[in-house]
Amino acid sequence: MTLTRIRGGTVHDPANNRDGVVMDLWFRDGLMVEGPGPGESPSRTYDASGLVVMPGGVDMHCHIAGPKVNLARKMRPEDHRDAAPVRRTPITRSGTAGSVPSTFATGYLYAGLGYTTAVDAAIPPLAARHTHEEFHDTPILDKAFLILMGNNYYALKAISEGEYERARAFAGWLLESSRAYGIKVVNPGGVEAWKSGWNNIHSLDEEVPHLPVTPRMILRGLAQASMDLGLPHPVHIHCNNLGLPGNAATTIGTMEALEGRRAHLAHIQFHSYGGEVSDQASFRSDVPRLAEWINSHPEVSVDVGQVLFGSTTSMTGDGPLGYFLHQVTGRKWTSADTEMEAGCGIVPIVYKEKSFVHALQWAIGLEWYLLVKDPWRVGMSTDHPNGASFVAYPELVALLMDRGYRRDVLNRVHPRVRERSILQDLDREYTLQEIAIISRAGPARLLGLSTKGHLGVGADADITIYNSDRDRRRMFELPRMVFKAGELVVDRGEIRAESRGLTWHVRPGYDDGVLPDIRRWFESYYTIRFRNYPVDDSCLSGGGAVSPCDGGKRNP
Amino acid sequence: MATSGPRASSSLTLISDAVCARCGCACDDIELVVESNRVREARNACSMGAEWFLASPEAGLPKALIGGREASLDAAVAEAGRILSEARFPLVHGLANATCEAQRVAVSIADRIGACLDTAMPLHRGLSGMAFQGVGEIHCSLGEVKNRADLVIFWGCDPGRTHPRHGERYSIGAKGLFTPLGRQSRRIAHVDLHPDSSGLNPDLFVPVEPGKDFEALWTLRALLRGHEIPAGACPGAPLEALRALAEAMKGSRFGVLFLGAGTSTAADSHMVVDAALAMALDLNRKSRFYVSPMRAGGNPAGADNVVTWQTGYPFGVHLGRGYPRFNPGEFSTEEVLSRGEADAALVVAADPASELNPAARKHLAAIGVVALDYGETETTRSARVSFMLAPYGLATPGTIYRMDDVSLPARPAVRSAYPPAEEVLRGIARAVGALP
Repeated sequence: MTLTRIRGGTVHDPANNRDGVVMDLWFRDGLMVEGPGPGESPSRTYDASGLVVMPGGVDMHCHIAGPKVNLARKMRPEDHRDAAPVRRTPITRSGTAGSVPSTFATGYLYAGLGYTTAVDAAIPPLAARHTHEEFHDTPILDKAFLILMGNNYYALKAISEGEYERARAFAGWLLESSRAYGIKVVNPGGVEAWKSGWNNIHSLDEEVPHLPVTPRMILRGLAQASMDLGLPHPVHIHCNNLGLPGNAATTIGTMEALEGRRAHLAHIQFHSYGGEVSDQASFRSDVPRLAEWINSHPEVSVDVGQVLFGSTTSMTGDGPLGYFLHQVTGRKWTSADTEMEAGCGIVPIVYKEKSFVHALQWAIGLEWYLLVKDPWRVGMSTDHPNGASFVAYPELVALLMDRGYRRDVLNRVHPRVRERSILQDLDREYTLQEIAIISRAGPARLLGLSTKGHLGVGADADITIYNSDRDRRRMFELPRMVFKAGELVVDRGEIRAESRGLTWHVRPGYDDGVLPDIRRWFESYYTIRFRNYPVDDSCLSGGGAVSPCDGGKRNP
Repeated sequence: MATSGPRASSSLTLISDAVCARCGCACDDIELVVESNRVREARNACSMGAEWFLASPEAGLPKALIGGREASLDAAVAEAGRILSEARFPLVHGLANATCEAQRVAVSIADRIGACLDTAMPLHRGLSGMAFQGVGEIHCSLGEVKNRADLVIFWGCDPGRTHPRHGERYSIGAKGLFTPLGRQSRRIAHVDLHPDSSGLNPDLFVPVEPGKDFEALWTLRALLRGHEIPAGACPGAPLEALRALAEAMKGSRFGVLFLGAGTSTAADSHMVVDAALAMALDLNRKSRFYVSPMRAGGNPAGADNVVTWQTGYPFGVHLGRGYPRFNPGEFSTEEVLSRGEADAALVVAADPASELNPAARKHLAAIGVVALDYGETETTRSARVSFMLAPYGLATPGTIYRMDDVSLPARPAVRSAYPPAEEVLRGIARAVGALP
């Protein structure tokens, strides 16, 4: 019931066309409201004069929970040990940081950066129960996950048999059974090929072993299903050939294969390479061509998967990619395959300034932010922890807002990068408003989370208040205050309240005529009972929240 | 505190799709016939599982004891909270035989009181822990084995004796997508001290002398890489048998090596796992090959996962400085107690008083112990405070992880006079001021 005012802040709320407007904001019961009624006065006022006010950050593509993340935690004690400890306080739990923080630490560290929503982008549906358990123990953040379907055997079989309706109903059933948010495609067909004992699939028209289905067919089928189910977020794609020189052709091919369907291409940086596949030395940026394609196709969006220098952990649902990285780095490797559904690979990695490939990856990520004209379709991401930990976001903001700083870094990394990318010619500097778009307003809109990423009436009162500081990294590293659902959760870097956060999911409905067939299949090829597969609402963090499936109705 | 489980009825009730936690297989197709709040029949269960489901429930024991005398639950919870709050070096031990929900609360208590936290899993530390942190893991869910495996190697284990339905459900006779003929679709190899006594009927048997698993694996790896091995170079196992196994592995598209308890008793157990994983790595150049532990019953995989996601480390975690530190050995229950370091202990469904070495047991007997278990044990009998619990899975809901990390929902069939572990632990958590 308490009416709260944020007074006099400089508001960057791009979804509501507020670009640095000095104004008061009001919220009550966790939601943004109009100003007070007659005779009403706020019970609490926070003075934000001279401070910058934005909606809470929204990370649309990260890896923060579930079996893959937990295996990575377990595999890397040295990574936790080298990081500053997360100490318990009277109101918070202890934990470990590093590239794969423990659950409680994940919530605190995100909140400490002003982020209030995060979406895990790759969960095998069989691991939904596990993931929801971890979400319970990941405080403050609102959460959601996407389920891996691009190598789901039932879906691939239905598509290969030309039974699109069955594939769509199956997708609806799978989303509801796992209380998931959307459909993820990882290396379509390639993981199934790997699990079948082949190595991978490299072209859009190559058939999966055992099944007459190609990446092109899988992409079309699942993109169409996401649209027909009315999912708030379109199909979320990790293309074939991640990380290989020359893979930009595959990426263009993937976008063309969609034939105008809505889609989101994840960590596009890793898919933007020119050169010859057999020759690492031929590696170069192919971003201008790809960005031009995005600029002229409004139905497709991207997040970047920015590489930032330092030690991190690569983790992917792309099993053969994990093996490839292990071969390249020689580091320890975890692979974990899930029956009928998915694969997984985990490898520690250090991105070095003096490595030509790493430095070029860094430059390619920045080219993406600078070459796509419409910031609403570029989500800020490091593909945490693949390109870097999310805690490096302030560094990324500094690189985007300050071309002098960007050039300083460019001048000290491997010199060949200046020949193989056009980064040194790009003068664009992001404004605060554009940062607000790529880090909250845009991702929320792309995810179809209508109450997130903006501060209009009815939005969730997820608010981040920054000191205005010319040192952009410092500004974004330590917000002055963070509110989650109207509660002050972070004050000058200190966690002040530990709320639970909600798990967002969809209930798209499906034609239940397909259930007997799914059940028959399930009981033949899975090893758990059909009835023990779905999770129910009691598993959901904070009781859960449903994002409506109304055919992609947009937030403001 | 409330009791748990479905409502009483004198008529027969059928609980289907129940999960058995007796061995690591976590069979979830059990049909329980329940009459008068007793399980009369456990259909589909193996003999071990049936025994687990049909065991007479504890009766007549008090719900809680303080100093060996019956006490109210509330008084016992308060006393437990006092002991743990006042301790300067508390230990939290056990967890592997409880639901994930109970494990999560136990870790929150350990965090609040700054305890040394260790799970009770003497076996397979090699695979689930040390070796994994050294080289990684190449792992798949059991359904992948069922659907794809054309070669299954049981190394140091006899599944018929320890995991009776493993073969029919997952690994031997199981029929799947690319294994439509079940047993005829795959070759089975057994590597062990003695041939099996459970009707495994393997296609290949390789005898290995005790403590020579590493040598046998390293030789096998060399053979797979095409090296010439001079006669007598592998003292622990017959070269010809290893050669035959290597040929079978070369011809396989999807092989799985299940490592059993037989390999983890030696001091070099993590080296054995290292060797198996190094071999699996080599094989993955051309085909798929996986290494999985044959984990024991209860919920050790759940404990591994819960402790990892809450602290970042799977076991041997010390929270005494206000944040998790990991040092197995130094922070392992047996070593901590042997050194006489802990001054109180919370033991969750484990029996260190009868399992640990004499020095550790002696120190345990001298400190304030709070013990929770499903029946009387040496530890509950000697504890300062003890609680009897409702058997999980059978009488309480909750999550249980199969040996391959697949999580399953328990389906309680009976009511228990005793409270669930989660509920008692929540009481203790409140008493020590732990966060929910």
